[in-house]
Amino acid sequence: MGSTAYLLSVIAVAALATFLTRALPFLLLYRWAQHPLLQHLGRYLPPVLMVLLLLYALKDALVSGQYLLPSLLSLALVTALQLLLRNPLLSILSGTGLYMLLIQTLPPG
Amino acid sequence: MTEPDRSAFRLSLPVLFGYIPLGIAFGVLFSELGYHWLYATLMGVVIYAGAGQFLAVGLLANHAGLVEVFVATLLLNARHMVYGLSLLSTLSLRGPRRWYLIYALTDETYSLLSMLQAGCDRSRTRLQFKLALLNHLYWVIGCTLGAWLGGQIGFSTAGIEFALPALFMVLTLEQYRAVRRPGVFILALAIGLLALLISADNMLLLSIGMAVSLLIMAKGGAPWDRRRIF
Repeated sequence: MGSTAYLLSVIAVAALATFLTRALPFLLLYRWAQHPLLQHLGRYLPPVLMVLLLLYALKDALVSGQYLLPSLLSLALVTALQLLLRNPLLSILSGTGLYMLLIQTLPPG
Repeated sequence: MTEPDRSAFRLSLPVLFGYIPLGIAFGVLFSELGYHWLYATLMGVVIYAGAGQFLAVGLLANHAGLVEVFVATLLLNARHMVYGLSLLSTLSLRGPRRWYLIYALTDETYSLLSMLQAGCDRSRTRLQFKLALLNHLYWVIGCTLGAWLGGQIGFSTAGIEFALPALFMVLTLEQYRAVRRPGVFILALAIGLLALLISADNMLLLSIGMAVSLLIMAKGGAPWDRRRIF
């Protein structure tokens, strides 16, 4: 019914656009990888992006307030375990487990 | 399994717990369009972008034009350019595997790769590649399951997607061990919260834009480094 052709074109275009966003820096800037400005960005962007991704992952809880308390409590557990034992998998699994327990047993709010 | 296999799997586990439920959510949404579930698998393989695929479902439902699909996807995923920017000198793989890593550079894969920056040996480049491949696999499995099972899935695993914020929290703490500059983290937090206040929907793009501008302006005199002011 022609809609498969449309679906496939949309998939192809979305895939191309996504790949372009990932590849452009490598296509355009590779030659200048040692430039001081790019070195500067390469050094400070990872910590900045990690904080921003963390906030982004918590966006819904921060904006709506729903599950904000379970989120903060679980993050506190993740932080404490990571600082004490420095075992990423243990920290993440414990935090996720606590969060699941809290939101499945407590009324939303 | 060899040693690097096992550590790649361990490192990727939080992404497994995040990608399967997220992929299923995408698949369920996609199944409402009425297409065969195999197309959801295809999208997971070739687009491989969480937000991008959710957007594509919306665009498909509205019969959006291809130019609109291109521009909307490009804008939505613009943040990926910054990931590439920060990995320019550290992605040491060569050849097709390098291009696969670039192709598979999602938020989560970027986060894991950025933690592996130190050193430049062969086992590390293999680890980078395996991590990217495992994450991609989890995503494709999630997308497929969701579209295949459609709405029949009852979630008793509510909250398992918290593995992703937990992963970002751990990686933020590890970044702090590597870059001991509290100012950088406080500044990022402030920018992120400001962007949330301005527009929650565009928070990530907006905050990354602000952060990159600030970092460029601060070059030669980072504002949080007292020795370098002016």
